[in-house]
Amino acid sequence: MDLKTREVEPTPAERAAIDAVLGTDESQGAHDRTGGQSSRVRRHLLLPTLHALNDRVGWISPPAIDHVAERLDVSPAEIHGVVTFYGLFSTHERPARQVHVCVDLVCRIEGGTRILPDGAHPSPCLGMCEQAPAVLVTDAGDPGRRTAMGGVMGDQLKELAAGMPVSAPERRTTASVPQAADPGLVLLRRAGGGDPLDFDAWVADGGLRALDRAREVGPEGVIELIDAAGLLGRGGAAFPTARKWRAVRGQGATPRHLVCNADESEPGTFKDRVLIENDPFALLESMTIAALAADCARGWIYLRGEYPGVEATLMSAIERFRAEGILGADFDITIRRGAGAYICGEETAIFNSIEGFRGEPRNKPPYPFEVGLFGAPTVVNNVETLMNVPSIVLGRTTSNRRLFCLSGAVAVPGVYEVELGLTLGDLIGLAGGLRPGSELQAILLGGAAGRYVAPDATDLVLDDDSIRAAGLTLGSGVVMVVDQHVDLVDQIRRIAAFFRDESCGQCVPCRVGTVRQEEVLERLANGVRDGQVELLADIGRAMTDASICGLGQTAHHAIESAVVTLGVFRR
Amino acid sequence: MNDVPVSIRDTDPLPTVTATIDGADVTVAAGTTILQACGGRDGEIPTLCYGDTITPKNACRLCVVEVEGSRALAPACSRPVEADMVVRTRSERVDHARRMVLEFLGSSVDLSLTANVTAWNAQYGVDLDRYGADAATVARPVKVDNDLYVRDYSKCILCYQCVDACGEQWQHSFVIEIAGRGFDAHVSTEHDVTLPDSACVYCGNCIQVCPTGALVPAVEFDMRAAGTWDEDRQVVTETICGFCGVGCGLELHVQDNTIVKVTSPPDNPITHGNLCIKGRFGFQHAQNRPG
Repeated sequence: MDLKTREVEPTPAERAAIDAVLGTDESQGAHDRTGGQSSRVRRHLLLPTLHALNDRVGWISPPAIDHVAERLDVSPAEIHGVVTFYGLFSTHERPARQVHVCVDLVCRIEGGTRILPDGAHPSPCLGMCEQAPAVLVTDAGDPGRRTAMGGVMGDQLKELAAGMPVSAPERRTTASVPQAADPGLVLLRRAGGGDPLDFDAWVADGGLRALDRAREVGPEGVIELIDAAGLLGRGGAAFPTARKWRAVRGQGATPRHLVCNADESEPGTFKDRVLIENDPFALLESMTIAALAADCARGWIYLRGEYPGVEATLMSAIERFRAEGILGADFDITIRRGAGAYICGEETAIFNSIEGFRGEPRNKPPYPFEVGLFGAPTVVNNVETLMNVPSIVLGRTTSNRRLFCLSGAVAVPGVYEVELGLTLGDLIGLAGGLRPGSELQAILLGGAAGRYVAPDATDLVLDDDSIRAAGLTLGSGVVMVVDQHVDLVDQIRRIAAFFRDESCGQCVPCRVGTVRQEEVLERLANGVRDGQVELLADIGRAMTDASICGLGQTAHHAIESAVVTLGVFRR
Repeated sequence: MNDVPVSIRDTDPLPTVTATIDGADVTVAAGTTILQACGGRDGEIPTLCYGDTITPKNACRLCVVEVEGSRALAPACSRPVEADMVVRTRSERVDHARRMVLEFLGSSVDLSLTANVTAWNAQYGVDLDRYGADAATVARPVKVDNDLYVRDYSKCILCYQCVDACGEQWQHSFVIEIAGRGFDAHVSTEHDVTLPDSACVYCGNCIQVCPTGALVPAVEFDMRAAGTWDEDRQVVTETICGFCGVGCGLELHVQDNTIVKVTSPPDNPITHGNLCIKGRFGFQHAQNRPG
């Protein structure tokens, strides 16, 4: 390949940002000796390099793209394709201060339908629904600053957009985990219990015991324990975790990879953030056990870019684990920061994103256990799935504990940990029931990719079998309570807009179907009825049946349930 | 390299798999796709993004079929036949998906130069009117920025074939890539620079694989615009390129005793349909007639 660039030098700030990731050595000799291969093997550093540029100067300029192209021996067109894929990057110069205002389901209720001030722009769900309305403020500079903030109302939003300095947000553990300090908690047992980065306190509280036990019983022993507990993946597909680990362990190719999917982006979901904020070491211990069991040498945490606080916490925790010698020798963990793309939570799109490509899902088969990250056998597990591992290995729990993200018109929104088998009504009761003055209109189960249920569904028993029998999914544990004040038509139009924005564009049913779905909803909202409900169903069925990945396959579910089950257009 | 298992010899039969396709047992070599098992592009399964020489991206989803036990429909172009697989290439569900793919594309993309679409639209009962006059489209200005070919992305279905032909599957120039996301996704050079400002070498291998006429040689584009392009009056003559010693196979498309286009057969063992700038565009000297 002959690279062609415009030979315009990047600015000193851009060059410094690039060098901070790729190093300053630009020896042409090594490049030429290998025909560029020595540069191209570092392509997985593309996303971190783009983040460094974005953090430092606020946008990705043409000379910066050209310079990165030369450093990585990747064509500028490819890098341009990657940059334009991600919502947090810009190829146009913009002010250093960016205010990303969540306009998704919960925040649009709590913040009202907001007219955004100059300097602020709409963002999909920021994963802070229990603190709605939320914003993410980014300040490009050296160092750049990124701050996620909850409870930001009108005047403060205006001030932020105008450039008001941001102070670090306080930790609000008890606000996010209303059950904090309940002795029955397993996954959230550390919530509200002091500094989550106090390693000694964590060890004193039982940290590392599961890893010791795992080393005693060995990989097969661990897998048997996980198998016996019946742990199912919490990412939405409910695949048996033990089977996944065993399949990867049985593959010949090395090095195998373990990817922790922390790209939590399903609207209404914030449990993984709360889990990591409260117990970062437990996630690292869980990953170390999983890597032992599935025989993985490299671990990755793919963390959504909208969680700066979680990233800082994890980086500190990883450093401590390395200092303690737990990470670094046989197994190490790298954090990869996402850049604003819901689709990257898909289990194969996440590989493309880590490798420095557009986050488009891959064709399956082959499945990740055979051909995954960098073409090697790979385990992909959700944060909550992994967090179940230590207590199972220690025999302290079965796998029936699940987290739910309660938001909307409940008295006490937050993450709740429960034993499966209670009813939806019980769960809402746990969150203090409805707010005073609220009447139940509907409940969104499983997020934008889930379905609405009617008020009479409060008897629904929350366990995998009952949920499946009802044609529902627990998905990422979203329970969004919608009261009589909410305009459901506005909600489903937002869901349609969300999927239209977040479709990667690879396959026709999703790329065009999400647009057509939104157009039909607009006509329906404007009172056009003739054939539109039937057209909507036709569109939805094609997306569900024929899309490549779960995004397109679920992009109609919530809307279908609102139209068919709740009858929003029959009123 | 001595690690090839001695049990595999040239004379050994290839491993095969047997599946049931539309009720009939079909035995094919392992690795054969459902589409290949059903006659490839000449069979009954419609395809759009599937090309002769590019690994399919299965992006258009027109070739979807039902595979028993699979929740979603499967792309016939990419899914290998597996032992005991039960496949239905036509069903109400399959036909619905194909109809909708044709409606989605027909209502958003100019398919006027795409082969077979009219027949498929009739076969699958396509109704484009129901999307209304305001339906979003990918319409955008035609890009004419060089003398050799024209890019009309209003006709682009994002099959990825030009990107792959320019990139790692053939030319290794990496001049174009998909940029943007979702409905805004489009084929682009970096920052949308013109082809002369890009690393393009004008091999035209992107034109060769384009199934929708979004990429056409400038001569063809101009003749179409003038209303003089007439494939019924064209004769295709096969020959060997005379520019160098490689011996690429050429197809000269001749209309009114004038070469109007050069292609290469996709099944040519030397070119696989690919040419260089000279072979594909360097034909004017053959017809410099006294004025």
